[in-house]
Amino acid sequence: MSVLAVSSLTKRYRRGSKPFAAVDDVSFEINPAETLALAGPSGSGKSTIARLVLRLIEPDAGRIAFEGADFLALSGAALRARRARLQMVFQDPLAAFNPRATVARVLDDPLRIHNIATRAERPRRIAALLERVGLDAGLAARAIHEISGGQRQRVAIARAIATRPSLIVLDEAVSALDVSVRGQILELLLDLQRQERIAYLFISHDLGVIRAVAHRVVILDAGRIAESGDARAVIADPQSAIGKALVAATPRLTRSRP
Amino acid sequence: MSRLRRFLSTPEAVAGALILALLAVMALVAPLLFSGDPQAIAGPALQPPFQDWSLPLGTDRLGRDVLAELFHGARTSLAVGLAAAAAALLIGAVVGTLAGFAGGLVDEVLMRVTDAFQTVPSFLLALAFVSIVGPSLGVVVAAIALSAWTGPARVARAEVLSIRERDYVAGARVIGMHPLEIAFREVLPNALPPVLALSSVIVAAAILTEAALSFLGLGDPNRVTWGGMIAEGRTVLRTAPFLSIVPGVALVLTVLGVYLAGEGVVESTAVRRSLS
Ligand SMILES: Nc1ncnc2c1ncn2[C@@H]1O[C@H](COP(=O)(O)OP(=O)(O)OP(=O)(O)O)[C@@H](O)[C@H]1O
Ligand SMILES: [Mg+2]
Repeated sequence: MSVLAVSSLTKRYRRGSKPFAAVDDVSFEINPAETLALAGPSGSGKSTIARLVLRLIEPDAGRIAFEGADFLALSGAALRARRARLQMVFQDPLAAFNPRATVARVLDDPLRIHNIATRAERPRRIAALLERVGLDAGLAARAIHEISGGQRQRVAIARAIATRPSLIVLDEAVSALDVSVRGQILELLLDLQRQERIAYLFISHDLGVIRAVAHRVVILDAGRIAESGDARAVIADPQSAIGKALVAATPRLTRSRP
Repeated sequence: MSRLRRFLSTPEAVAGALILALLAVMALVAPLLFSGDPQAIAGPALQPPFQDWSLPLGTDRLGRDVLAELFHGARTSLAVGLAAAAAALLIGAVVGTLAGFAGGLVDEVLMRVTDAFQTVPSFLLALAFVSIVGPSLGVVVAAIALSAWTGPARVARAEVLSIRERDYVAGARVIGMHPLEIAFREVLPNALPPVLALSSVIVAAAILTEAALSFLGLGDPNRVTWGGMIAEGRTVLRTAPFLSIVPGVALVLTVLGVYLAGEGVVESTAVRRSLS
């Protein structure tokens, strides 16, 4: 059974006075421990899909089934409880945290909210989470703005896995990092996926990265699915015009999945 | 330390800080220096100032020590001013945060209420409130707060509206945080700086409103207030003008001090922002 099944998802906005569909009749599924990539040019609706899947905005039409249950039917406390299983990592790790927060608080929040550990246990759990993402446990006392961008993205991943989710949405999660740090973070994500069987909805405009981490890819154009399929196959031989354009725009597609 | 130095870098801020320090000292030492009842008779009535060194500023119509009244009045002014401003900022921040964060109907209702409060002249509102409930220190503080919270509410709402679109608020929702916790723990603290920048204006206005209420006989009758002293002195304005002038000057200096110090704070934080 799939972790996430999205069908006929549609979200309309107004541009000036006339409405347009930012996401138009989009359907896809993600299986456990699978990475599905969303690719497409700027404005094609990738982030809108992420926000819809996370219930940060509400769709105008369509269905979302998460772990086999109707995710759109949930509200209030039931929705908040369910959110433990569906997490997100944002593009800009500095903007994704309260500017006043410390690393410890950022990791303490999900553990407290979902009653995962008692107050006394939490410092140990926080240290374990930090070590799990390859950080020194001593970092816990630091303010969020006192650590590097790469460390911050690791903290964001630690926060996302704190509640043992089955799916993590990553919206351009490695785009803001420089190349060497990006490689390490991708390694960490793959390692977590192997060990915890987490599925990823991996949004990126970089087909090189997608080919390295994704099993399947969905290519979007103006809110609609242009094509989809096995990531390597689609990138090796795109069928749609937008797929061809994206491949042509990516200078180096030589790296393989690590 | 460097923050304090930056704050004291303009002569205006130094003057404001000095006035406020003097006022605070007066308020603090009042019960020590003038331990008796400041409203008790201390000497012959209407003694002019600088004649008898046990009564340096003379006595009023009933023979009360003007200097003692001035010190105890500083206590009232400062206490009421600070308490009312704190209450106004608190109410405003809470209402503004709820309106801005909840949006929709909650926002609509709260902002119409804010409009309603803002339409009534604030002094009239305070006046009506005290006349109905009766004059006591707590009621005066509540009345002033009630007439001053709308400004902070609007500023807080505007700030919250911009903050709630940030990624970290979405992040808080994603981890399942309760909306009230997001509003008050994640958003409100980051919306506070522009709200707090209003505090000097609100403290100054609160001190003036308290004085005006007391002047009209609506202050706490068990407390000496500068407004009450001015009102007392008014009846003998021709023969003993100092009775009105002394508390009047104290009031003007206090409000000036609050303004100047507030400007100093705003300026020093503005410098810090432009540097960083
Ligand atoms: N709140 C909104 N109101 C109106 N239009 C919106 C809103 N959010 C997104 N849009 C529009 O929807 C379209 C899709 O936006 P979206 O952010 O999903 O694109 P994207 O694929 O993530 O692009 P990028 O690669 O630049 O991040 C864009 O045309 C955008 O302008
Ligand atoms: Mg986007």
